[in-house]
Amino acid sequence: MIRIEHLTKRYGTRAVVEDVSLTVERGQIAALVGTSGSGKTTLLRMINRLVQPTAGRVLIDGTDTATLPPHLLRRRIGYAIQGHGLFPHRTVAQNIATVPRLLGWDADRIRARVDELLALFQLPPAEFRDRLPHQLSGGQQQRVGVSRALAARPELLLMDEPFGALDPVIRASAQADLRRIQRDLGTTLVIVTHDIDEAMALGDRIGVMDRGLLLQYAAPGAILTAPATPFVARLIGTDQRPFHLLSLTRVADIATPGMAGGAPVPADATLRDALALCLWSGRDALPVEGGGVVTLDALRRAARPDGRPDDGPPDGGAAG
Amino acid sequence: MIEATRPTTGTRLPLSRPGVLFALVGLVGLALPLVQFRANRIVAGEGAGLPAALGATGWAVAAALAAALMAGVAARMTPGLRLLIALAGTLASVAVLGAAAGALTPPGDGIARVSPAAGFWLLALAFALAAADALARIDLAPWQRWALLLGAVAAVALILRSGLLDDVSVMREYHARRDVFAREAARHLMLAFGSLGAALALGLPLGIAVHQVPRLRAGVLGALNIVQTIPSLALFGIMIPLFGWVAATVPGAAAAGVAGIGAFPALVALFLYSLLPVVSNMVVGLSAVPAAVRDAAAGLGMTRAQVLAQVMIPLTLPVLLAAVRIVLVQNIGLAVIAGLIGGGGFGSFVFQGLNQTAMDLVLLGALPTIALALLSGIALDLLVAQLDGRRGRGA
Amino acid sequence: MTAPRTAGPPDDRGRAVIGRVALALAAAGLAAFLLWPQAFAPLLRPLTQNGAPPIYTQTSLLALTLWHLALVAAAVAASATLAVGLGILVTRPGWRDFLPLARTVTSVGQTFPPVAVLALAVPLMGFGSGPTLLALFLYGLLPIFENTLAGLTNLPPAVAEAARGMGMTPAQRLVQVELPLALPVILAGVRLSAVIALSTATIGSTVAARTLGEVIIAGLLSSNTAFVVQGGVVVGVLALLIHAGFVWLERRLSA
Repeated sequence: MIRIEHLTKRYGTRAVVEDVSLTVERGQIAALVGTSGSGKTTLLRMINRLVQPTAGRVLIDGTDTATLPPHLLRRRIGYAIQGHGLFPHRTVAQNIATVPRLLGWDADRIRARVDELLALFQLPPAEFRDRLPHQLSGGQQQRVGVSRALAARPELLLMDEPFGALDPVIRASAQADLRRIQRDLGTTLVIVTHDIDEAMALGDRIGVMDRGLLLQYAAPGAILTAPATPFVARLIGTDQRPFHLLSLTRVADIATPGMAGGAPVPADATLRDALALCLWSGRDALPVEGGGVVTLDALRRAARPDGRPDDGPPDGGAAG
Repeated sequence: MIEATRPTTGTRLPLSRPGVLFALVGLVGLALPLVQFRANRIVAGEGAGLPAALGATGWAVAAALAAALMAGVAARMTPGLRLLIALAGTLASVAVLGAAAGALTPPGDGIARVSPAAGFWLLALAFALAAADALARIDLAPWQRWALLLGAVAAVALILRSGLLDDVSVMREYHARRDVFAREAARHLMLAFGSLGAALALGLPLGIAVHQVPRLRAGVLGALNIVQTIPSLALFGIMIPLFGWVAATVPGAAAAGVAGIGAFPALVALFLYSLLPVVSNMVVGLSAVPAAVRDAAAGLGMTRAQVLAQVMIPLTLPVLLAAVRIVLVQNIGLAVIAGLIGGGGFGSFVFQGLNQTAMDLVLLGALPTIALALLSGIALDLLVAQLDGRRGRGA
Repeated sequence: MTAPRTAGPPDDRGRAVIGRVALALAAAGLAAFLLWPQAFAPLLRPLTQNGAPPIYTQTSLLALTLWHLALVAAAVAASATLAVGLGILVTRPGWRDFLPLARTVTSVGQTFPPVAVLALAVPLMGFGSGPTLLALFLYGLLPIFENTLAGLTNLPPAVAEAARGMGMTPAQRLVQVELPLALPVILAGVRLSAVIALSTATIGSTVAARTLGEVIIAGLLSSNTAFVVQGGVVVGVLALLIHAGFVWLERRLSA
């Protein structure tokens, strides 16, 4: 669990981050979203103290990070950035082994861990271990960058626009991979992005920042249905609201007993997928794999701000 | 952002670290003998500090110079003020050198030699470094830099004409061979600029040809590269018999000025060294023109020659100026070798001086060469910067 | 390696092979000339007049070559040590005050003619190899220092950020990331210094240093072109070989 309390960064008199407080539960993903210059990257970099806070503190599992030497703190926290920052003179295996080597793991353990991670990211170890970064595609470089950040089994992973340099198709699959691996490992993740779609796709909690202030910190549903300020509403965009809302819920969650004709929709598809299928095939109801139906009426209800099934207790607005 | 997060150690003390370095160098200079006195040109000399040369005034001047050096230690001082102090200090060091030489030389003694010693050099170095440091921290407009450069040249000319330094050994050597000096200076300039001119006249078309006909590239650039590896001494030396033979056997060559003696072999050697930077920069410059620009020009209906003349060549100008800088600075330095093979120039003083172990004479050749190289280098840097600035604003 | 670096069109590869063969031939020729100079006498005799000796015999050419190389190696090694050390120093956070000065001094210093530096070293060191060594050392500092600065300050920002973010100490970042990445650029500076020093060392013979310049100067004094040519060619071939060796090393390191 990571707890940020009244964190502030000022350069001279200019506040880049102003009195931000938030909590990320163990195993959750918090997505910080905002325009460039909103302070989201500075906030992230204060967590591993690449930026020294002016005031406030960061607690990881109850330990104040200011009590640790910065380089030892950083070895406990995974860090992946846009453009991956792989060391061009080191092979894939050596890159991934960076932090384990700093921590003094023995060679066998490091080798096993590297192969495990490469396999996890669908990069066959025998083929990729000894390549140099410039011999990889953009998507592969990005996966190696994330593997490197995860190498020493960090309790916490920080990511700064990790998919910023990828094209849309690879980007979507990279997000899915990250989500899957994060669930498997139970890592706590804080990710910075300027892309509200990415925040919606990944975040258990979304923090919206503007001009150094945390405007709202809440579950995606709450951000959509009850934006705390006009800026948050503008950032989401009125034209996309219903679709974002639909994409937060699985078909299985609103399926009702009944029968319908045509090809079925997978139970774990989102309502957005179901709506698309309805519209495309001209049907008013779709059979759900494994039983039940989802109707166009139910979808329409679910796309309204007051019609959502239970999404867990809303987390309230921005703390502090 | 990375810049701003760097811990600001080093500013904890209100001291300017470079200032401390300059002060240390300068103070060591003040402690060492400022000048060296010799009863004549050949005998070993003895050092004299400021007080020894100028008495009580010497003490006062030394104290003032030390104060100027210590002032630079304070961190809170604008670069402009630093520059002023450093320039004043440099001038003062030179003035003190002249005064000490005047005071130490017995009246009417034409044989005694007073030459600058380690103390003077370190003192001048300290102030020059301080000036360079201050200049690097000030954002001056191009015209201000030009004004500063011209001001420095004017100041040097004024000091030399004023007679302030006339009792310093180098100036004595100069006065003893005024006419020769003027001749060798002209010869040196002719060697450096003449070879540059010839290299541009031949190298630019050659560069364009190499760019247009890629098959020539490896051969021409390879040959020019090999010329560069021949040590200057040998290349100058080979030119003598070569052109001696040409002048003697090819009809009309001698009448056209080809000769195995004098400046001609040196001129050709310098010309050969100059070709590589000119040709290769021309090729690099032309290749660096974006394909989109070239296509756009062709798409607007320009002929190949028009694309080259109106678009490509103007765009290579900064790269060409860079080549001119390299060649000019290099040739001013290499022209010294001409002195060894009877080609004249400042090198004749250097090598005469080395032969006679007369260091004042060596300085008479070396100092103007260094000054000339510095002046050309700085002036061309300014030109390049100005050109880049204009391009940047235009874009 | 599964994904090889692009080797260029076959034409270029062919040229590279020719280049390598030419270098090997030059090296073999140089070795043969230094070991059995008299075997080359017929080749050089046309350059002599009035029955002058075609081969320099005052001192063994091999010995002069070794002296020459030793002088250059000592000077360049000393320059590299100091220049890289200073380059590292002024790029550390606490010493960045010196960075603007360092850049100015480097660019101004390189306009100083090497011959003038050599001449000015004589009053300090007297005649002999000393002033040559000093001049080569001083002049060699600048390209290495300049390239060290370039290599250490042009680190890709993402790489620098990643190294810090993963918890490397400043010393670990320097040794494991910054220096290895800057090494090819630093080596290019050492190569430049070595090639300049090789040529400048010949001029050292005008102040009585024992280098191959002795052969050239003997040729100039006695109007014996054969001497001038053999001294010049030996130095030229050495420069080509050293240049090629460094380029090869730089390529390997940056691959």
